[in-house]
Amino acid sequence: MSEAVFRIVAAGPHVSVQDGGRPGLMRYGVPASGAMDRLALRFANRALGNPEGAAAIEISIGGLLVECLAGAVTLALAGGGFHFRHGAAAGPIWVVRTIRAGETLDVRPGYWGNWCYLAVAGQLVAPVWLGSRSTHAPSGLGGGLLATAGEFTVADAEVRPDREGDLVLPFNARPSLVYPVVMGPQERCFPPSALAALLSSPFVLTDSYDRMGVRLAGPTLTPVDALAIPSEAVVRGSIQVGGDGAATVLLADHQTTGGYPKIATLVASAVDSFAQVRPRAPVRFRAIDTAAAVRLARRQAAVERGVLAALDRR
Amino acid sequence: MSVPRFRVVAEHALLIDFADALSETAHAAVLRLDRALAAAPPPGFIEAVPAYVSLLVDFDPLMTDHATIAAAVRRALVQDAAPLVAGQRREVPVCYDGDCQRDLAEVAERTGLTPEAVIAAHLAGDYKVFLYGFAPGYAYLAGVPAAIALPRKPAPVRAVPAGSVIIAGPQCLITTLTMPTGWWIIGRTPTRVLTGRPERPFLFDVGDSVVFRRVDRPTFERLTREART
Repeated sequence: MSEAVFRIVAAGPHVSVQDGGRPGLMRYGVPASGAMDRLALRFANRALGNPEGAAAIEISIGGLLVECLAGAVTLALAGGGFHFRHGAAAGPIWVVRTIRAGETLDVRPGYWGNWCYLAVAGQLVAPVWLGSRSTHAPSGLGGGLLATAGEFTVADAEVRPDREGDLVLPFNARPSLVYPVVMGPQERCFPPSALAALLSSPFVLTDSYDRMGVRLAGPTLTPVDALAIPSEAVVRGSIQVGGDGAATVLLADHQTTGGYPKIATLVASAVDSFAQVRPRAPVRFRAIDTAAAVRLARRQAAVERGVLAALDRR
Repeated sequence: MSVPRFRVVAEHALLIDFADALSETAHAAVLRLDRALAAAPPPGFIEAVPAYVSLLVDFDPLMTDHATIAAAVRRALVQDAAPLVAGQRREVPVCYDGDCQRDLAEVAERTGLTPEAVIAAHLAGDYKVFLYGFAPGYAYLAGVPAAIALPRKPAPVRAVPAGSVIIAGPQCLITTLTMPTGWWIIGRTPTRVLTGRPERPFLFDVGDSVVFRRVDRPTFERLTREART
């Protein structure tokens, strides 16, 4: 079987191996991790005919420059408004190309999006932890962070000219300005003024942003009922409010329990899109009830199935 | 107020809350419900996450919804639940010597005890695994005797090594990662809660009891070497 070997010429912070994640282990303190934008990961893999949750490289706005040392492999790039340079070719990502020994590939952020996925026609070689190659960034367990001067290998590397070409940017890939939330589970800890402020004021994502979560700047949401709730399970998308009244949205590598009150929770089907909102960009929150949230999740799943199925007809 | 309360979490979970403050009764109810759901998971059930007084039930909104899961939980609550099986008893060796600890002297000073009395109190605690939380393998053990229960430090200490035995208030933890902590570092164990064994990746189950056993520095080093092989 053929192999392709890459040298990491330069990797920004937070570039890591991610796959479909390791759900079901929250009771052991382990969040699901996996791609910050799961739809983009699925899209990149599906464009190559891979299982949608196969391991890929998650590239942050720090960018990634790699050189192919040996072999050749077809790869897909999807997620955010990133750009690539590959030899003499350059352009927006959402593309499938083949890279060969001696060539370099440079992936840089563009005007929108935080995370881009580099999927390969083959298997990205990386350690498995608890059934998944996803990297749990705070511990480094799983597939691992990519560091400048390191290497990675693609096993069973294939060249697939039939898959090469531009991909159509899915209409739902771009982040939104308004995100749906379901209030609670601790909205009771907040005065009516804080609940109103959450839904009526814009919030700005701060630079305190990593795979665990992002802190928001906006109105102070001081809880009335101090911070004495016994620690309980939290989820990806929980909006927790610290003692200082600042909100943090928990993301893929979130801590699994917390004692801060959660004023509201992002609808899960919107969390991928939220992960592509840049630091310093504004967002607003809109409250919907649980029935509407379930309908939204089902509609979104149908739309995603359609977007992914269209890749097979290229 | 009716107990338990059902709180909605986005489109994919219910938080079932048995009390506002820590209580043994509420925690036992959490474990009973957890076991009942594990024995007969309703369609669309993904996972349940036990905490001190609440159970999070996560589900697939493409297959089910809050009302259906709430009904399944209500049925599980009124079932003639099998009596709680006592958890396993786990013995954990701890070295309290030299650089295995950094806070024994200060804990002693703040509690008015001698360092030996702090160690004796820690060894005498009746510990139970209440939940895993925060980070992979962080098992929260309640049962630290009141005589050595201190509030956490005002500022966390950085780069505390994995395997540290740390206490704050009534809680004790064995760290699994090198991380900052504001808890008091009183010892070090060769025991790995993240075992690295695929057939049993986490040493404890929620509900297990834990007994600490004192070992000297050479024994600690020998057990640490053995744990690596």
